[in-house]
Amino acid sequence: MSEQLSHDLKLSRTKRRKLAGRIVAWVFLSAWLLITLLPLWWIVRMAFSTQRELLANPSSFLPVNFTWDAFKRVLGTIPVSEAIAQGGYSRTLHFWLYLRNTFIVTAATVLGGIVFNAMAAYAFARLKFPGRDKIFNIYILALIMPTVLNLIPNFILIHQLGWVGTLQGIIAPTFLGSAFGVFFLRQFFLGLNRDLEDAARIDGAGIIGVFWHVALPISLPPLLTISILTFIDTWNNFQWPYFAGGMGTQENATVLTVALAVFRAQQQTGLPDYTGMMAGTLISLIPTILIFLFVGRNAVDSIQFSGIK
Amino acid sequence: MQNISQPAPNRTRWLTQETLVAWLFIIPSLLGVTVFVLVPTLRGFYLSFTDSDLINQASFIGLANYQRLIDDPQFWKSLAITSTYVLVNIPFQTVLALTLAMAMWRLTRSIVVRAIIFMPYLIPMLMVMLIWMTILHYDFGPVNGLLKLIGGPNARISFMGQELIIPTIAMINTWRYVGYTALLFFAGLQTIPLELYEAAEIDGASEWRIFRTITLPLLRPVTVFVLITSLVGSFQVYDSVAVATVPSGGPGDATRVIFWYIVNQAFVRFNMGYAAALAVALFIISMAIAWINMSYFRAGSSDLG
Repeated sequence: MSEQLSHDLKLSRTKRRKLAGRIVAWVFLSAWLLITLLPLWWIVRMAFSTQRELLANPSSFLPVNFTWDAFKRVLGTIPVSEAIAQGGYSRTLHFWLYLRNTFIVTAATVLGGIVFNAMAAYAFARLKFPGRDKIFNIYILALIMPTVLNLIPNFILIHQLGWVGTLQGIIAPTFLGSAFGVFFLRQFFLGLNRDLEDAARIDGAGIIGVFWHVALPISLPPLLTISILTFIDTWNNFQWPYFAGGMGTQENATVLTVALAVFRAQQQTGLPDYTGMMAGTLISLIPTILIFLFVGRNAVDSIQFSGIK
Repeated sequence: MQNISQPAPNRTRWLTQETLVAWLFIIPSLLGVTVFVLVPTLRGFYLSFTDSDLINQASFIGLANYQRLIDDPQFWKSLAITSTYVLVNIPFQTVLALTLAMAMWRLTRSIVVRAIIFMPYLIPMLMVMLIWMTILHYDFGPVNGLLKLIGGPNARISFMGQELIIPTIAMINTWRYVGYTALLFFAGLQTIPLELYEAAEIDGASEWRIFRTITLPLLRPVTVFVLITSLVGSFQVYDSVAVATVPSGGPGDATRVIFWYIVNQAFVRFNMGYAAALAVALFIISMAIAWINMSYFRAGSSDLG
């Protein structure tokens, strides 16, 4: 009887220890979720605050005197004089233009990436041609080599082409796809059962027909993965668009991230238009948020993929 | 014409066509990788031996840029600043990410939790900096507001001041990347067979022992990948510094990291040759990091065999 009791006691002690461990882990995880979410809330809180009253209420959890003013300022729907009166910056932010530029750069990079990566990956995985494996080694090399040396020579190349300060200058280095994209899709094609493709070929389809009508349609999930990764990288990119786009001096080649950085850099004195910057940030996050809402699971899985390359 | 002598002309024709299509398929991609990745690396090395300035004809000047680099106090200072950043960023980010991954793995498979943890990664580094600069602002940031409430005005911390700016940027960077890194670890944890844990539990092994002898060794391939990419990336830190500080690398010279110095030489002073030499130095550091990691952790080989 007492033996049974002491056994029960011991069991409950391990159980208790386990429970304590779980509680500690939950507290830790919840704390981090909070540290993640609070700054995101702070974007919203600032974007909807009244710029002039921000300083007086630095720690209020809700927007200070709720208003859409910052959005109007950023989107340029009110005259500059009114923007200045609100505490905004005197230089107009051509938000729609920057948004358009960002869209063009991202769309070209994502589409180019899909087409050219898939074509090359298919050739390396399925077609037989002399020197195939040797040529593929070039991709492995490009994949493992640090890219830090590339900025200056690529800038000089774009400069020599006369493309500095243009959108094609920003797009050029990524338009033809990436070594990672080819590598990633090749892995997928290699793991794909080729029965369907063989059947189509026996039915008389040519190589291009098989690629287009058979291989591509069943490759939509990995293509989506690579597109999401490319989208996030390109939409958020700053360094290359900054230098290739003319460091914010060419309005027609300024993307959102660059515009916001320049906007910020020009306001070193006085109180910067923080509400405007947060409103701009919030608008620029919309496409990413939409993608995340619709294909969130796939996006999260994609990231996990990228580590197993 | 040659085909006539071949025993199986159809097959040869097919092969020729296949080769042709294959080249058609790979040429755009191969062009991109060659022109924008491989040739620039070679050209970067070449530039570092010249006095290129984008305007005048560049001439070969041998090792002069490297001699200058060794004698340049700003290079060594930038290297020290960058190293401080790396030393704060990497341990924090890696340990925190692994802990988060373990916690998620134990507690919940919820995609929502994973999505929230991952969310900061979706925000451009630049905007992440803007957000945190307002949160940590000395006068009207909520963090200092709270500190003031607790300990008076003197309890406030100048996060963006000369002394703390680099650790602050490192922590902000950790905030952005830790979710991404945690997802990589999480994916790695999922590949460890559960039988191993059950066996260890039956043997009565302690949590810590299980972590040290099963989890950590079997996570090695992921760990190496995470360490290489985050270390190499950290040595190239630039975006966060560019927006956090005025273009001069301030406050003072506190944020003149190596990449800031490269950019300064290349795009402000147009010393392309010297900037290329600085980039080569960073290239060598990156290669060394990768090599040390690979050989130290015997990467690629997991104990799962």
